[in-house]
Amino acid sequence: MHEFYLALTGWLPQYFQTTLWICLKIVAILAPLMLCITYLLFAERKVIGYMQTRVGPNRVGPKGWLQPIADALKLIFKEIIIPARSNRYLFLMAPVLALAPALAAWAVIPFTDTLVLSNIDASLLYVLALTSMGVYGIIIAGWASNSKYAFLGAMRSAAQIVAYEIAMGFALVGVLMVAGSLNLREIVINQSGGFWQWYWLPLLPLCVVYFVSGVAETNRAPFDVAEGESEIVAGFHVEYSGMAFAVFFLAEYANMILIAALTVLMFLGGWLPPVEVEPFTLLPGLFWFGAKTTVVTFLFLWLRATFPRYRYDQIMRLGWKVLIPVTLVWIGVIGIGRFYTPVGHVFS
Amino acid sequence: MRLDLRQLYKTFSLSELRKGMGVTGKHFLKRKTTIMYPEEKTPKSPRFRGLHALRRYPNGEERCIACKLCEAVCPALAITIDSEEREDGTRRTTRYDIDLFKCIYCGFCEEACPVDSIVLTDIHEFHMEENSERMIDKEHLLEIGDRHESEIAAARKQDAPYR
Repeated sequence: MHEFYLALTGWLPQYFQTTLWICLKIVAILAPLMLCITYLLFAERKVIGYMQTRVGPNRVGPKGWLQPIADALKLIFKEIIIPARSNRYLFLMAPVLALAPALAAWAVIPFTDTLVLSNIDASLLYVLALTSMGVYGIIIAGWASNSKYAFLGAMRSAAQIVAYEIAMGFALVGVLMVAGSLNLREIVINQSGGFWQWYWLPLLPLCVVYFVSGVAETNRAPFDVAEGESEIVAGFHVEYSGMAFAVFFLAEYANMILIAALTVLMFLGGWLPPVEVEPFTLLPGLFWFGAKTTVVTFLFLWLRATFPRYRYDQIMRLGWKVLIPVTLVWIGVIGIGRFYTPVGHVFS
Repeated sequence: MRLDLRQLYKTFSLSELRKGMGVTGKHFLKRKTTIMYPEEKTPKSPRFRGLHALRRYPNGEERCIACKLCEAVCPALAITIDSEEREDGTRRTTRYDIDLFKCIYCGFCEEACPVDSIVLTDIHEFHMEENSERMIDKEHLLEIGDRHESEIAAARKQDAPYR
């Protein structure tokens, strides 16, 4: 395919050719991702509906399948209202700042053994750095809106993300210790050998902590005090409308899929089939990666349909006094397990 | 502070979370209770109080004798009646207006009516697009009565033993 592309664009200057090739690859990743996000929106409404014994949206198109398209069209045609005395540059930049890291992180996600945009050595670090960037979008949105609700939401969100970032980082330290690599591709390859070899088993507490922090990090229910409809209307994005609002929405769902994909890569064996025997190994790695990510994403929706919102102090207590100690203890256990057991190395 | 091991186990095994998710998971697979409204409708009682109508006798004569009991009993003052003597010497309404915005659909007019003229039908799917459309006059009311006479009569008959 690359040869075909080279033949087709041979007349272009070389630097331009390379840039175009990278752009095409980016589109190849982002276009399906955007489609996934829009249909995740639809899936969320459907799943939550089903859990409340309703049927969810089913009027637009066959069985409601065009609903997300209708939603997107509606938002595109809405006016973007910029509040009086707000900082208009920051106000318009904030949604982009929220969305960009969520999309940029996909650059290092290995979809299969060979399918990865850039296979860099410190990809785990890169992902960690980029997911932390997302909070700037929220803080700036809250501050630039010149609205007390938005500001409160942003403050809550910032405190929450800072708290859970630590637990998340420590959970990843555990993965790093066991895998001995910061490269996501190698982390997955180290997990090969079937369901019981994946890291969710030796790192069960870290897996749970990572997922819970991931839910908190994306401001999803039950950790959605940043939007808290009942107290602060919609939190940091009260003042946003139209496409600017839609971009925040996209960012939230892109982050959700990203966290799900990372959970799959680090704890659930990425593109590896659950059993390394004939019928399972025949299916492509992309299928297994997609299937696992779908399951984890479903868990996000399931959580939202089940639990009431945490109170602000409960969130802080859970983050600082439960999740961080748990990760610290388990990192110790891993360390001891690797070096000081009579049976030798317990973990890998 | 004593270390409660059972409590600790309960917390760290996430038992309560799993129980909660079990409940929603069960409902996820349950049969859905949604009524697909325009295609499906819930059953309606014969006593349902919807849009008003004026009835006629089988021979085509309007029932209303302009006694104004409905106007008097109406708690929302939604009914306005004017009357005069017709050529054949009977008393009839010249004007019978109902303000649908004022009406609270209590059904007192129907109960007060000595000749079963004004009734509340089971029509509840109606709307107006102009404020002025909220008034319905005698002609309109009689028309509704004519159009739905069979349903109105059937519902009255079904409810008759309990009146």
